[in-house]
Amino acid sequence: MLDVPAVLGGDRRALARLLTQIENGTAAAEAALAELYPHTGQAHLIGVTGPPGSGKSSLVNQLALCLRRGRAAQGGLPARAPASVAVVAVDPSSPFTGGAILGDRIRMRDLAGDPSVFIRSMASRGSLGGLARATGDVVKALDAAGFDKILIETVGAGQSEVDIARAAHTTLVVEAPGLGDDVQAIKAGLLEIADILVVNKSDLPGAAAAVRALRASLDLAHPAARRWATDSTGHHGPALGSVVARPEPEAGAGPWWVPPIVATVAIESQGLETLLDAIDQHQAHLRATGELARRERERLAHELESRLRDQLLAELRDRLGPLALDAALNQVAAREKDPGSAARELAAQALRL
Amino acid sequence: MSETESKLRVLVAKPGLDGHDRGAKVIARALRDAGMEVIYTGLRQTPEMIAEAALQEDVAVVGLSILSGAHMALVPRVLALLRANGLDDVRLFVGGIIPDEDVPALKAMGVAGVFGPGASTGDIIAAVRASVAGQTS
Repeated sequence: MLDVPAVLGGDRRALARLLTQIENGTAAAEAALAELYPHTGQAHLIGVTGPPGSGKSSLVNQLALCLRRGRAAQGGLPARAPASVAVVAVDPSSPFTGGAILGDRIRMRDLAGDPSVFIRSMASRGSLGGLARATGDVVKALDAAGFDKILIETVGAGQSEVDIARAAHTTLVVEAPGLGDDVQAIKAGLLEIADILVVNKSDLPGAAAAVRALRASLDLAHPAARRWATDSTGHHGPALGSVVARPEPEAGAGPWWVPPIVATVAIESQGLETLLDAIDQHQAHLRATGELARRERERLAHELESRLRDQLLAELRDRLGPLALDAALNQVAAREKDPGSAARELAAQALRL
Repeated sequence: MSETESKLRVLVAKPGLDGHDRGAKVIARALRDAGMEVIYTGLRQTPEMIAEAALQEDVAVVGLSILSGAHMALVPRVLALLRANGLDDVRLFVGGIIPDEDVPALKAMGVAGVFGPGASTGDIIAAVRASVAGQTS
């Protein structure tokens, strides 16, 4: 039923069907993913996250357009070859009905009709952290299908979406003026996962203040960056809308990356080339420093561990049977035993079987 | 809500040029509340965009909302493009302002159901579910 050679050969219908099976966690999908896995690892995975209303979908739309177009070398900027683009856009499922409205395509209508673009909407299906449980496998399938760039747009929930940093090579955190004060900007989480900070809707009042707040937060997070920013560009830092180019690491100082702040107006196509240059620079940085391999390994270690946990849990359930689990639950509910002790005893019992 | 449960995926789209999407949004919301995953594409979609979105999203059902009176032109085009994409098993529903005399012709083309103003969302949900009953995903 699942045609792996067709997926590898670029058959969009076969790919779409495979993605559904992956979302549904079928055995056929597992088998197909095992076959596809050797073909993965080629695409550059770009995560896009940020609060609702910051313009993530519009930005993804414009990024995909610019990536498709490519660029001729001009004014000292390198040429960029046109790339094929896949988009995975995650929206939340209702915790009550399990249903979802997936509306990201509304902002991506410019991409219709291009056979080198593939957009897939995903419901989060109860998963927290901004991605669906199956997003990683969906991305693998798109990678194997040969897309050069894969844009992964998270649920716009705000502060808990750190899963994307693990799933993507380059993570964009999108903010917009007026979404929060400068304390929002220094809360832990979103800012720490940013490889590139985007201030979208930067034609609105408050854009300069938003950039300032982000820069101040970055200064707190990256002392080395602060030293560099004051040394090389004066007190106010680089101008709004400029990419903060990565300074050459000092000898022996070790490789480091200072997240640049890029101002964009997605719906006016402003700042997109600058943003893509920042993405390219980040990709080059990842490769040059060995960070790419390190991140990849960390991500795979995490995936292996979580799959191992699922396998062990399934095996444990199998061995114990529903009766033993139910009996333990009754004891816990009656306050005769605490959940921790019950779990330890069940695990010990299962391992003896 | 088990992790491996398969969800009914539905595309709700507004082809053509009329700008009234309240009906489409009410339907999208009702289908969501019935536990379906609804891909909502917004206004002014061409038949090509709709067929392509149906393919990429691998939906089982497409719902079109048409208030412009252009249904006899738009619906056959969408159906033909769905078939051209190999999506013969996708069920197509049409809602909006559709004169009664056009309904038999639409159904003869292969439309699974037609709903006008005043149709209950309960009936629509039931019809959508029934149309895919027995299909394996």
